[in-house]
Formats: sequence, C-alpha cells, structure tokens
Amino acid sequence: MAIRRRTFLKLAGLTLFGTTASAGLGNLIASGEVKARGYTKASESLIGKRWAMLIDVKKCKEGKDNCKLKCIEACHSIHNVPSIPDKKREVKWIWEEKFEYAFPEQADEHFKQVFKDVPFLLLCNHCENPPCVRVCPTRATFKNEEGITMMDFHRCIGCRFCMAACPFGARSFNWIDPRPYIKKVNPEFPTRTQGVVGKCLFCYQRLAQGKIPACVEACPEKALIFGDLGDEKSEVNRILKERVAIRRKAELGTHPSVFYLID
Amino acid sequence: MYNSNKVILGIIVFVLFFGMPFWLNLGRAKPLPKPELPDDEKECVESRAYMRAYHMKMLLEWRVKRVREGQVYYINSQGKSFRIGLQNTCMKCHRSVENFCNRCHKTISANPDCWRCHIAPEEVKKWQ
Repeated sequence: MAIRRRTFLKLAGLTLFGTTASAGLGNLIASGEVKARGYTKASESLIGKRWAMLIDVKKCKEGKDNCKLKCIEACHSIHNVPSIPDKKREVKWIWEEKFEYAFPEQADEHFKQVFKDVPFLLLCNHCENPPCVRVCPTRATFKNEEGITMMDFHRCIGCRFCMAACPFGARSFNWIDPRPYIKKVNPEFPTRTQGVVGKCLFCYQRLAQGKIPACVEACPEKALIFGDLGDEKSEVNRILKERVAIRRKAELGTHPSVFYLID
Repeated sequence: MYNSNKVILGIIVFVLFFGMPFWLNLGRAKPLPKPELPDDEKECVESRAYMRAYHMKMLLEWRVKRVREGQVYYINSQGKSFRIGLQNTCMKCHRSVENFCNRCHKTISANPDCWRCHIAPEEVKKWQ
C-alpha cells in the first residue's frame, strides 16, 4: 500500500518534533554540568598594558665581576630550565652574548670597541608585533593582554615554526626530556617535556603574585629595570625619554619591548 | 527453519566464543578503584559528585583561563575562591599522583599527560 500524503505529513511533523525535543532535552541535561561560578584576577597582581625591560649596559659592564650573572641563574632555577652541555640541544631563557652577535647590524667599529667584554643579556623581546605568534599553527604562542608573548605549552606541537620566525633566537626546542638535566627543582613551576618550544615568559606567574621578574629581582647591580610602557608615568618611560636606548634589530619592525641603555 | 541443527549449533558456538571474556572473568570482577582522599580536607573545589564527573573539564577550563586569559582565581558555586593551579592547588591536598589520580585512570586506561610537565609530588621527593 502506497503511503498517503496526509500520513506522510503527519509522520514528518512528528519526526521534526521528536528531533527538536530530544536535542532540547539533551541540552537541558548537559547544562547540569556547568556550575554557577566565575573567575577573577588577583588583587595583588601587577597589571600592565605592555610590560617592558630596560638593560643598563654600563651597570652590566661595571658589575660583571661582582654579579656572576645571577639573573640567568635565578631565571633558570625558578623555571626549571635544564642545563644541557650539548650546545646543539641546549635550552636557554636568558643568556649572555657578545655585542657583535647581539647587534650584528651595528657595524660601527667604535661600538665594538666600547662594548668589548660587556656581557649583553639576551632574552625574548616580547615584541609588539611578534613574528612567532603569526606563524604558530596552534596558537600555542600568543600575545596576552599585558603585552607578554606567552607560551601555552599545553598546545605546543613542536613544529618549530616560531623558532624559524623569531629573528632573535629567543626560543629553544626541547630535543630531549629536560628533567635529567635539572639539578634542583622548583616544585612550584612545571618543567617542559620533550618536543615543546620554551622561552622567557616575563615571569607572568610572578606578576600574578605581585612580584617583579626573577632576573630583575636577582640583579645586585640593579641593571635591569622592569615596567609598563603603556603607562605614561612609569619609570621605564621616564628613563627612555632621558637616555639613549637601542633595541635589537629594530629595522625589522617587530617593536621589541627589551631596551639596551648604552649611554 | 532449514538446517536448524547447524544454525542452532552455530549460534551456540558463536555465543560461547565471542562471549569468552565474560565467561572467563565471571565472578572475578575487580573491586572498584578507591583513590586515596586527603584526611585533613573534607571539601574539594566543588562537590564530590561534581568533581568525580567533571574534574577533567574543569582542569581544561582552568588551564585556558589561567594561561590564556590571565585569570588567577576560580570562584566556586558557594562563592569560595581558589587559586588556579594543578601543582600548587590540587596537589597541595591530594598529595600523591599514584594513589589518587592513577588509581582510577589506570583502571579505565585513561592516560592524561599532565605529569610530563607538571611535577608530581612524588617526583619532588625523588629529586631532592
């Protein structure tokens, strides 16, 4: 027996109703899993619009015998950065470099002579226009609302596009499990795992606790100055108006947030 | 029914053979895993039933809120706030991955990779 038009329409209507009703019921059940709740920032946090760092090269030069590069030591121990002797596999978040390698575009012979034997501290520049963020396919690296170029290690797939994109070599790949190379562990901070890229995060976790970055705090010469570029009255803006500061590879237009005071 | 002898025999053999895992383990069911709960704390971030069912979703949301959106505190349904953190909040009460997380995860063959980066409380002891 062929189905009648009337029966067909009835059945179609019933099916439509059933589908909608079951979907609605499903949503109703699923909504039970979401509790009434919220999230807040911490009142003790340091809040900035664009965090930046000034490195007083003169103080680094004068204090280098005294300080024993406590900034690097502080950063690497707090963040469980491994010390891997093999240069091809080493991981570094902040490190020292000679002037001519830190600023290869500054061809002036005179500069080279002045800054001979001065340790230039290099770290992620937290660029305003970061090329690493543009290339990351999973958005594991992104710009947060405080101007920090963040890493979400949960999302990193280890493709190393960011390392190729970064003009400053600020990123390190974990070729091997870093844990055996961490002598003393900080139980408050995670390690990384094999196959993710790591770098300086401007101590976002310390800023949330109201503390300045570890390297800045550890420097006995007060050569590192941390502050907010977005705040007109901040110390960093005041100093930048008065003193001569250069940035690494400024011609590339990434607008680094790390400045080197050279006067 | 044609060939009823063969068909019925076939059905019996099929049920016996494919139900083998059930027949072999009949009456030998393993007890449900009992994760070790902290003695000094009675209340978790949310109710016990909620945590049991949705802890994984909550942790997933926590990590997005903390790392990507810069939030620091979670306010629960009772209005109490907790600092977001696996190592620094969860594991301050649940002091063992082996005796808490893994008891259930092993039973149901769930292998979350949290502890490849986050440091389990047991690992800290081994390190120092």
